[in-house]
Amino acid sequence: MTAIEAHGLTRAFGRRMAVDGVDLSIASGDCMAIFGPNGAGKTTLLRLLGGLLKPSAGTATIGGVRIPSGDEGRGAVGVIAHATMLYGALSGRENVEFAARLHGVRNYRDAATAALDKMHVLDRASAPVRALSRGMQQRVAIARAIVHAPSVILLDEPFTGLDYAGASALTVLLGTLRVGGAALVLVTHNIAEGLAIATHASIMREGRFARSEKRASIDADRYQSEYRELVSHGT
Amino acid sequence: MTSSVAARDSLESRTQSGIAPVFDWFLVAAGAAVIGTLVRAMAFTPVELRQGPAQKIFYVHAPSAWVAFLAFGLVAVAGLLYLWLRDLRLDRFAESSAEVGVVFTTVVLITGPLWGRPVWGTWWTWDARLTLTLFLWFVYAGYLVLRGAIDNQEQRARYSAVLGALGALLIPFIHLSVYMFRTLHPQPIVMKPGAPSLPNEMLVTLLMAFASFTLLYVALLRARYRLSEARSALAHQEGGDA
Amino acid sequence: MALSALNAAWLIARKDLTIEFRTRTAFLSALVFALMAIVIFYFSWDPTAIPAGDLAPGVMWVIFTFSGLLGLHRSFGIEQQDRAIDGLLGAPVAREAIYLGKALANLVFVVGIQMVAIPAVALFYNVSVISVAPALAAIALLAAVGLVAVGTLFGSMAVNTRLAELLLPVLSLPFFVPVVVPAAQATAKLLNGRPIAEVDGWLRLLGAFDIVFVTVCMLAFPYTIEE
Repeated sequence: MTAIEAHGLTRAFGRRMAVDGVDLSIASGDCMAIFGPNGAGKTTLLRLLGGLLKPSAGTATIGGVRIPSGDEGRGAVGVIAHATMLYGALSGRENVEFAARLHGVRNYRDAATAALDKMHVLDRASAPVRALSRGMQQRVAIARAIVHAPSVILLDEPFTGLDYAGASALTVLLGTLRVGGAALVLVTHNIAEGLAIATHASIMREGRFARSEKRASIDADRYQSEYRELVSHGT
Repeated sequence: MTSSVAARDSLESRTQSGIAPVFDWFLVAAGAAVIGTLVRAMAFTPVELRQGPAQKIFYVHAPSAWVAFLAFGLVAVAGLLYLWLRDLRLDRFAESSAEVGVVFTTVVLITGPLWGRPVWGTWWTWDARLTLTLFLWFVYAGYLVLRGAIDNQEQRARYSAVLGALGALLIPFIHLSVYMFRTLHPQPIVMKPGAPSLPNEMLVTLLMAFASFTLLYVALLRARYRLSEARSALAHQEGGDA
Repeated sequence: MALSALNAAWLIARKDLTIEFRTRTAFLSALVFALMAIVIFYFSWDPTAIPAGDLAPGVMWVIFTFSGLLGLHRSFGIEQQDRAIDGLLGAPVAREAIYLGKALANLVFVVGIQMVAIPAVALFYNVSVISVAPALAAIALLAAVGLVAVGTLFGSMAVNTRLAELLLPVLSLPFFVPVVVPAAQATAKLLNGRPIAEVDGWLRLLGAFDIVFVTVCMLAFPYTIEE
């Protein structure tokens, strides 16, 4: 089943085309890694798919629902972004419970406990987020993003700030979510990290997909050097 | 990419003519009409008996107030249309109209006290309509400050549209509050039902003033709008986001 | 599955109030500002020429306006800090509910200031507010709704501009005129022992402003947060 689909997705900021006619299709249970240098439009693409930005042209659908959608249709996505989207004065548990309740999760206490536990941050969950280290905040942010069991998860450099334990917890979590049928979009500039999880990989440059293929057909070492070559040769 | 290049090219060729220096005949004609009206007002219209020569300011004051209200009304209309149609030309129109409106409001605020000093014996009174004009000036000065504080032109257009529409909605409320506070202003003379009480010659001059000031508004709006277009085209060429 | 708009608004308001209660920064600074202003205002008039009781209504309403602004700016500051607003916008919640929730929390903030500042004015300016307390409370609430309706919308706009908190008073104050004028005039009448029937017109003006601007600002709010 196709979870995410985009046709000619475009977003301009003034004259600059941040995302310029992107087509993609990701099935449930798949994970697409998107690589690219700074300014390639990766974050903008994620914000478009997350319904946080309106496209200038083109369409995107999540679970068959066109985005940006009405109020009801928004709940299917979980976003892990650069910013944590957390309230510093509230505890990790309060933040995650608040997100769960906004998404209409009936059993929000248990859902929050489970999400925090998956990121191994349950023992620090009652401390105000402000008092946590960046890595711990990132773990709470990830718990926040998946607490409502979204069918699509958008991850923007999710490993940033995570220590070894946090990174492996995230890797395990993403694997579980995929098995559970979630579609993942992982934006990163760390090729090895991305290829370790992905089922599909794309390289983004100047707002467009320069190449896209299945992970199975990729030789990781060659991909690395081809990526460097592709990115260093600007237009 | 090709479609966006084509769109950009067509935009540039469209605005290129706007950038070229042009002699604005329309503005000159409107200016001449205003000067002609003022000459008629000064030299060929009788002096009002009670107020003396000070009453002549009326021929600038009243039409300026009319133009200011017209300008701000159009800011609101353009703003609402922008939120609906998302055409940046509407935003440029609103921006132009607001700026011209603030200029005319300033004229009202200067001529009001000039007239009030000899007639009412004081520069400033908290008269309902003068006070309303003062607050209008604040609202639309704020509108221009808001525009200056936003770099992204789409966001600027959206926020300006919201403020422009709310500003128009605010006018009756400010009017009511200051009116209930107190009023000294002479009641409208021309609009009175039945025969106007103004002598014929004065009435003709006043109507001419309204017409020529409206013409001047349109001319200034046109000139200011062309400036907005040129600026936007320039920003496009430089790759910025004006 | 999705929350009703009112439930979502209530949830957001409670979240804001919890944060404010934990940190107390905005409320305390607004309160200290209000009390200092009350005292300083007293020394800016000649007490032998103008009785303090005549100043009280004006002082009250000028102070509510400015201390309210302190809270209104913070309202969207906490959303902006780590882009928590994106979390709200990504949730299946009506934008209007977000506005209502933020406005409700701001209303509690302003009413909280009023509940300390009105007795303080009564004390320092030696006016009796007890006999007119219900009417005064009605005026204060009606006016607070108006201030908050407009201030919440402009707070959301101001936080996304380069001027940020500097812009909020520039945008808001003209819109506060039809709130502050009726509220101060009605308060003055009441404190002078006039019957409530005499302030009827002012109350109706306040009520009309509230209805119109709560509705319009709620409808306008989605335009200030889309990107």
